[in-house]
Amino acid sequence: MDTLLQQVINGLVLGSMYALVALGYTMVYGIIGLINFAHGDVLMVGALTSWTIIVGMQESSPNMPGWLMLIVATLIAMVVAAVLNYTIEKLAYRPLRNSPRLAPLITAIGMSILLQTLAMIIWKPNPKSYPSVLSSEPIQIGGAVISVTQVTILATTAITLALLMWLVNRTNLGRAMRATAENPRVAALMGIKPDVVISATFIIGAMLAAIAGVMWASNYGTVQHAMGFMPGLKAFVAAVMGGIGNLAGAVVGGIALGLIESLGAGYLGKLTGGVLGSQYTDIFAFIVLAIVLTVRPSGLLGERVADRA
Amino acid sequence: MTKAHAYRHLILFIMAAVAVMALPILLQMTGSNSWVRILDIALLYVLLALGLNIVVGYAGLLDLGYIAFFAVGGYLFAMLGSSHLSDTFPAFAAMFPAGIHLSIWLVMLLAAAVAGLVGMLLGAPTLKLRGDYLAIVTLGFGEIIRIFLLNMDRPINITNGPKGISQIDSISVFGLDLGKRLTIGDFTFQPVTLYYYLFLFFVVLAVIISYRLERSRIGRAWMAVREDEIAAKAMGLNTRNLKLMAFGMGATFGGVSGVLFASFQRFVSPESFSLMESVMVVAMVVLGGIGHIPGVILGALLLAGLPELLRHVAHPLTAMTDGRLAPEILRQLLIALAMIIVMLLRPKGLWPAPEHGKSLNK
Repeated sequence: MDTLLQQVINGLVLGSMYALVALGYTMVYGIIGLINFAHGDVLMVGALTSWTIIVGMQESSPNMPGWLMLIVATLIAMVVAAVLNYTIEKLAYRPLRNSPRLAPLITAIGMSILLQTLAMIIWKPNPKSYPSVLSSEPIQIGGAVISVTQVTILATTAITLALLMWLVNRTNLGRAMRATAENPRVAALMGIKPDVVISATFIIGAMLAAIAGVMWASNYGTVQHAMGFMPGLKAFVAAVMGGIGNLAGAVVGGIALGLIESLGAGYLGKLTGGVLGSQYTDIFAFIVLAIVLTVRPSGLLGERVADRA
Repeated sequence: MTKAHAYRHLILFIMAAVAVMALPILLQMTGSNSWVRILDIALLYVLLALGLNIVVGYAGLLDLGYIAFFAVGGYLFAMLGSSHLSDTFPAFAAMFPAGIHLSIWLVMLLAAAVAGLVGMLLGAPTLKLRGDYLAIVTLGFGEIIRIFLLNMDRPINITNGPKGISQIDSISVFGLDLGKRLTIGDFTFQPVTLYYYLFLFFVVLAVIISYRLERSRIGRAWMAVREDEIAAKAMGLNTRNLKLMAFGMGATFGGVSGVLFASFQRFVSPESFSLMESVMVVAMVVLGGIGHIPGVILGALLLAGLPELLRHVAHPLTAMTDGRLAPEILRQLLIALAMIIVMLLRPKGLWPAPEHGKSLNK
């Protein structure tokens, strides 16, 4: 029972990070129909930036409280990631908006490799340990333990999601985003500037990715140029699972995927008598994805769109 | 075409053929095998790109897990052509005291068949999916196969895990062992040069097959599915079988190149079959000119060859930047920049087909 609770907690923590990244994918896909392969690498840039800031602050002002350092580092990482993603969209994706379908996809993949390579040049390829600035005293809940970092991750995710829902559902920008996702041409006729909306979407997505990047780094304790790849991929799977283009779907998909992975890793060994162990965790995401899409080709919460000729 | 025209074409063709045949011999004379090696690897990529072109270019199915079939071929040959199975399974060693070591042509057929079958099996669950959904599921399948290869060293050691399988046989063609030097008169052919000719043979074969497929009834049906699946169905095409056939056909090319790769390197490990490799092959197809054979070949040669060429002249740069621009990093940088810049300047690819269907062109 204790392990179950522990795995559920771990799953929720993992899932909330996936959800934040998945939102970035799904918003971009909903508006311009592009799989932004570089999104996971924006997360990586966010995490590495925050690493530089925290290490720098620990040297310059060692008496600063840890939580303040983390907040400052996260905010700076968000700004850097936002500027980066805005620039990427403007330089690499915007000129290709009406090109053959595969061209922007290849550009996005190229951008992902480019970001990783640049990160390797700037930060060097070796993995770096991420300083833990929050208290490492674990909290006991009914037999399971949860760290302060994990509680912070859950709380931050909840606040971020609430803010995002408010932004999308209650503000003019949110309305413009929804309108553009629905039908860009009609939205443009109604006086919405699609370019502005698209830029805003990339900026918001990058900020969410940067937050997730700082969380990822704090939770696992290392940062490296390749760290964005797997979370990015899994988050995209989560977005597709939930129904791509659908914000609630991304959150549901992300948390579901986190729980599946964490429970799977905990119980797979026992279930298969030790033949398959937790090293197979990474394939759950893809197997679940294949099953979900076979049963519901448009994802869990996706709308069924009739085939158009 | 007038007679004089045809004559000129023939001359050009013969000149090109002689140049391609002579190239490795000239490069070998520089005294280093590394240039010919780069050519060999580039030819393998051409083979892979031509195979993927059937799936992505003709049938319009974006497959991001294509490297899995390369892995299937590679590991198949690795198990048949090395002592790995006899070393780990006493029963197997008792059955085949000398290992299996089949003839290369038999292994080729076997690899083509097995890869084709795996291609259809993995294709089957994706039949209902469209566009980007298909891309992400195939990507997942590619990763699943790689993770299994990585972890199937316990409880039973089948793939030898991350260490990979080494000491694989070299290929013998009609009694000529390509792994050994061949001396004719005063001239010594290095193994890499011998492999070059073998790979070239398979590339030519693949080009002929692709060309014939493109103009066949099946090829036209694939393009109809690519352009508009619903219309194709309404015209009475069996889209399910056509898609399965495309997956299977593309996978056979991957399987054959896998065998060639395993025998050339004499070593396989899961590292060679990462997602990055799938992405590279897709990039070659799209960069060169999707669905257009000369374009695909150009794309593969450029992406496989150019970064290697530049890497060789980059040593001073590495020294200047205190190792930050190591050759491997520089190569990756160049690939990334090539992908972005070519797509921005020529979204249809460097050498696109003269007439594209609408879905590729839109």
